[in-house]
Amino acid sequence: MANFEVEKTPENLVYAKPRLITDNTMHYCPGCSHGVVHKLVAEVIDEMGFQDKTVAVSPVGCSVLAYNYIDIDWVEAAHGRACAVATAVKRLNPEKLVFTYQGDGDLVAIGAGETFHAANRGENIAIIFINNAIYGMTGGQMAPTTILGMKTETCPYGRTPEQHGWPVKISKILSELNGVCYATRQTVYTPAAVRKAKKAIRKAFENSLNKKGTSIVEIVATCNSNWKMTPEDANTWMEANLFPEYPLGDIKDEAAK
Amino acid sequence: MAEEVKLMKGNEVIAEAAIRCGCDGYFGYPITPQSEVMETLMYRKPWEETGMVVLQAESECASINMVYGGASTGKKVMTSSSSPGISLMSEGLSYLAGAELPALIVNVQRGGPGLGTIQPSQSDYNQACHGGAHGDFNLIVLAPASVQEMNDFVDLGFELAFKYRNPAMILADGAIGQMMEKVVLSPIKPRRTEQEIIEQCGDWALTGKSADRNRNIVTSLELDSAKQEIFNRKLQAKYQTIRENEVRYEALNCDDAEYLMVAYGSSARICEKTMELAREKGIKVGLLRPITLFPFPTKQIKEIGGRMKGILSVELNAGQMVNDVRLAVECKVPVEHFGRMGGIIHSPEEVLEALTKIVR
Amino acid sequence: MAKIKGTVVVDTERCKGCNLCVVACPSKVLTLSKQVNGKGYSYCTMANPDDCVGCASCALVCPDSCLTVYRQKDPSAN
Repeated sequence: MANFEVEKTPENLVYAKPRLITDNTMHYCPGCSHGVVHKLVAEVIDEMGFQDKTVAVSPVGCSVLAYNYIDIDWVEAAHGRACAVATAVKRLNPEKLVFTYQGDGDLVAIGAGETFHAANRGENIAIIFINNAIYGMTGGQMAPTTILGMKTETCPYGRTPEQHGWPVKISKILSELNGVCYATRQTVYTPAAVRKAKKAIRKAFENSLNKKGTSIVEIVATCNSNWKMTPEDANTWMEANLFPEYPLGDIKDEAAK
Repeated sequence: MAEEVKLMKGNEVIAEAAIRCGCDGYFGYPITPQSEVMETLMYRKPWEETGMVVLQAESECASINMVYGGASTGKKVMTSSSSPGISLMSEGLSYLAGAELPALIVNVQRGGPGLGTIQPSQSDYNQACHGGAHGDFNLIVLAPASVQEMNDFVDLGFELAFKYRNPAMILADGAIGQMMEKVVLSPIKPRRTEQEIIEQCGDWALTGKSADRNRNIVTSLELDSAKQEIFNRKLQAKYQTIRENEVRYEALNCDDAEYLMVAYGSSARICEKTMELAREKGIKVGLLRPITLFPFPTKQIKEIGGRMKGILSVELNAGQMVNDVRLAVECKVPVEHFGRMGGIIHSPEEVLEALTKIVR
Repeated sequence: MAKIKGTVVVDTERCKGCNLCVVACPSKVLTLSKQVNGKGYSYCTMANPDDCVGCASCALVCPDSCLTVYRQKDPSAN
């Protein structure tokens, strides 16, 4: 066993709070996946040297206040409209890195039209999509991505296809559109998964800058508060129940060709 | 440079004026009777000429949110639609006002409610001037009465929108949008450069967070009620400044008049003929035409209308502006309304008949 | 055995005690404190500091960016 004190010097530094993550304490619940994805976004922008050339679009949902946490220019969109907002930001500022950060309710329910058509036009934007299969901010109601049998405040006996239809696999659907160059499902619950997700976000951002079309990075995530579990149990539940419904990995990667 | 005079449709001239005033982007969705705005833009291909972006959105809901996005980066952006489409945009209008973003919205009104008719109407007055969406806010509302004013108000609308960081609306109607008239086109202004946008709007516009400033955030969200009320008061103070400084109106034959017609847009043009007919019959009538509907010429109507024996508010609707006229004269003068609905435009004779009824 | 050692510095006021770092640590270095911070959360702390190899697994999964990780070779090794 090494018997010495590690010196806390810059040359020994392995990991620190990303430079572009602000000092504001995040309002997210303990263990919420949002915080990890925020870090990855902040790290990628910083590594690309794009802090001064980025405009981000925050949604309505838990991440409505994302602009408090990443030190870049932000516009807060009306519920579901992020992709329409991002469309104009990018068209009018083609040299900027433009991305939306949206949850499942925002992107798949109320914003389905805006999302679909922005992707179909192949807008050169990146969509960071947090899929935790539930409405977080409003207190745990059913989302379009809630899986069958899953209990939420508005399907307290479990989602049934007869009453609520089926979970929407939006990344798969979007991947069918010619405008979409990259569609991938990632997660952030283990160190290895975090590293992979970061690479996916970087690829999506580079696609935006290289005008390859629309990229969607779906992060299959937890909402331990509304799932009514500990963060650790939520990860286990996600692995057992969400991954079979939303399999991880690249769905489409045109840029790789 | 010699004046450029053309014979053009009201809707076409909106497009032409947008290109000429250095507009950065137009986002729209087809709807009768204003579809020629986007058609003209697509035909003109301004992206080759000035770099202006023109995009057909998937809905009015998307187009107004594209306007919101474009405006957030300090660009001069606009949309146009007609009544049912404006209803779909109302969410976006509230967000634009709440985030204090400058933008131009053109409403070429048609009759309602619902799908209604595709013929001219002024039945969106209340929607444009008294809310029309959630929250305490006002749009700056300009009411053109000619194709020339359709041209002029594009530049003016942008100027006021940027001056006050507030959405501005051109409230036209199907008649003005579809009619062809002679128009003197505006001189060409170049689009602003990135540097000019940073200089003029850098304290709020999303131009990219540089090392020399804090990040800019465009939002209408404030979870702290105390702070939100402070913001609400600031907005109201802004609207008051607009009321004090930006009223525009035209008064015709008001000096010797005993009766007054108040009308805007195409209705005001009909009233000009009515005024002629009435004066031939010896009825001393004047016309006050509000050019800005917000700010409304309340003081001017109080002053001019206050000395009249009666006032007729002539609108292509069931009676909307008439309430603002009554408030302006504090009900000290009898104020009546006349208007046709459903896309029917009243004739000068019909208006004269209504006017005759208030003459005692 | 390679003489590499790490250490984790915790921003205890930022920490919400979600425990994800504790689970992620392959060397079982971390635990949650018995004390609570200003917000009432038990916070991450090093229970077995000598076992830390500075892999930063804890920091990678930390949603609140409260962990700073350092790593150093034994200066007396060579």
